[in-house]
Amino acid sequence: MPEPMLALSGVNTRIAQYHILQGVDFEVPRGGLTMLLGRNGAGKTTCLRTIMGLWRASSGRVLCDRAEIQDLKTPDIARLGVAYVPENMGIFAGLTVRENVLLAARAGDPEAKRLDWIFGLFPALKQFWHGLAGNLSGGQKQMLAVARAIVEPRKLLLVDEPTKGLAPAIVGSMIEAFRELKRTETTILVVEQNFHFARSLGDTVAVMDSGRIVHTGAMAALAADAALQQRLLGLSLDSHQ
Amino acid sequence: MSARADWIPVALVPALALVALPFIPSGATWLTLTVAGLAMGMMIFMMAAGLTLVFGLMDVLNFAHGIFISFGAYAAASVLTRMSARLQEASLASDLSAMAPAVLAAIGLAALLGLFFERVIIRPVYGEHLKQILVTMGGLIVFEQLILVVWGPGMIPLPRPGAISGSFIVGDAAIERYRVLAVVVGVVVFVAMWLLLNRTRIGLLVRAGVENPEMVESLGYRIRRLFVGVFVAGSGLAGLGGAMWAMYQEQVNAQIGMQVLVVIFIVVIIGGLGSVGGCFVGAMLVGLLANYTGYLAPKLALGSNILLMVLVLLWRPRGLYPVGRA
Repeated sequence: MPEPMLALSGVNTRIAQYHILQGVDFEVPRGGLTMLLGRNGAGKTTCLRTIMGLWRASSGRVLCDRAEIQDLKTPDIARLGVAYVPENMGIFAGLTVRENVLLAARAGDPEAKRLDWIFGLFPALKQFWHGLAGNLSGGQKQMLAVARAIVEPRKLLLVDEPTKGLAPAIVGSMIEAFRELKRTETTILVVEQNFHFARSLGDTVAVMDSGRIVHTGAMAALAADAALQQRLLGLSLDSHQ
Repeated sequence: MSARADWIPVALVPALALVALPFIPSGATWLTLTVAGLAMGMMIFMMAAGLTLVFGLMDVLNFAHGIFISFGAYAAASVLTRMSARLQEASLASDLSAMAPAVLAAIGLAALLGLFFERVIIRPVYGEHLKQILVTMGGLIVFEQLILVVWGPGMIPLPRPGAISGSFIVGDAAIERYRVLAVVVGVVVFVAMWLLLNRTRIGLLVRAGVENPEMVESLGYRIRRLFVGVFVAGSGLAGLGGAMWAMYQEQVNAQIGMQVLVVIFIVVIIGGLGSVGGCFVGAMLVGLLANYTGYLAPKLALGSNILLMVLVLLWRPRGLYPVGRA
């Protein structure tokens, strides 16, 4: 079995007096798309922020491509090839779309071929290339946030709720974009509440509850087991078609 | 949906000058006051530009900013005093050969002091506003006392070099040469800052960092290094402003930085925290208004800046050019 791209073992994260992650263990297989699901407040966002070094793990190990990263600073983790799309998208509203993308390309101006590929995924970005990012719609901002994360090839892409607040048509575009992304070598970990999105894209799944991983396995197996969904996530598939 | 510039705050500067015109008895007086206001605004801008970036980028409330101004003023005064013989030669070349090292000393000493403040005093209290206020106020008091120890308690007279003394006569108006120089230096500093912020990758990082420092780190940039660079550059700029202000006042005293600190905070708030363009426009408005009200209603002069701040914040609660901070 190949080494996972990302492995968390016994990760605990405390924020002020709150013990949010309580011994998180899970692995993200290399090259696939793993969904991290769970109810509100389960600790999914904290998990991504801990991987990214934005919140420090108080104990446990985080391995990315066999390197221990739990003690590294955020910029050093990013330089290992980890890209992060936060829940609030983290768009620089006062910068143009172009400047947002250029900033994410640390090696210099992105290759024209790469930009064309991104414009193919998100045509709206080409249209508003010289416009202020703050003037984009919510869906366009999410496209920009993802585009920024993939402007250079990355080993691992962490995405926090990419469909939050988006219209169904935009969610469809986002699903298509992630399908295209899955064809690259990038490993993707997505936190998501939208089960339709998760079922459409996920290869594997980890489910969190109260700061712990309570289920791991194939996404297809979870999607096919309504009782398991009801038990783990408190939802019925019919309501999320 | 292109990134169009918002020119309304910029238009306020000529609008204010035009509104003042009918109230001032002669065009010559209006011209003199306007140039004086612009010169004052430019010097305030130089002193305030670093503070607004420090506010915006680092979220640091640095009440010790005035000490960089004071040290810049004293450094310039020390150099000019030692080179007083050259200043008496009344040639532009000898004046410049004295002023250039004075200005460089002002920038260098203030920048060094800024580096010390960032490393020793401010670094331990990032993210803690109350402690920032306490330690920077404490630092201000300590370094103000240090000025008294090194330079003594007395006021140091600072005669202007001959080449920039006197006035140009334009019609009936007498325009002080030094004020014209201050306007030119201010414009050069503003253009240089604008080019740095808008045409370079470092500038792009600073602008992004002002909005969302966490995201800049997530993109792989070590923003703490950027913090240090901005803090040191801002301190050096305050030193330059202090030197210019001291030559404008023709004297230096230990409170020179503190005396302008309130106006600087007003300018930073009017402009929008973290906005260099806003700081520039705010400084021009403050400089012009202070000169016009000082002439028309001297008793109102002290309150005019606060009134301006209130009006601007009623119109734009986050300043003339709000910076979208995450």
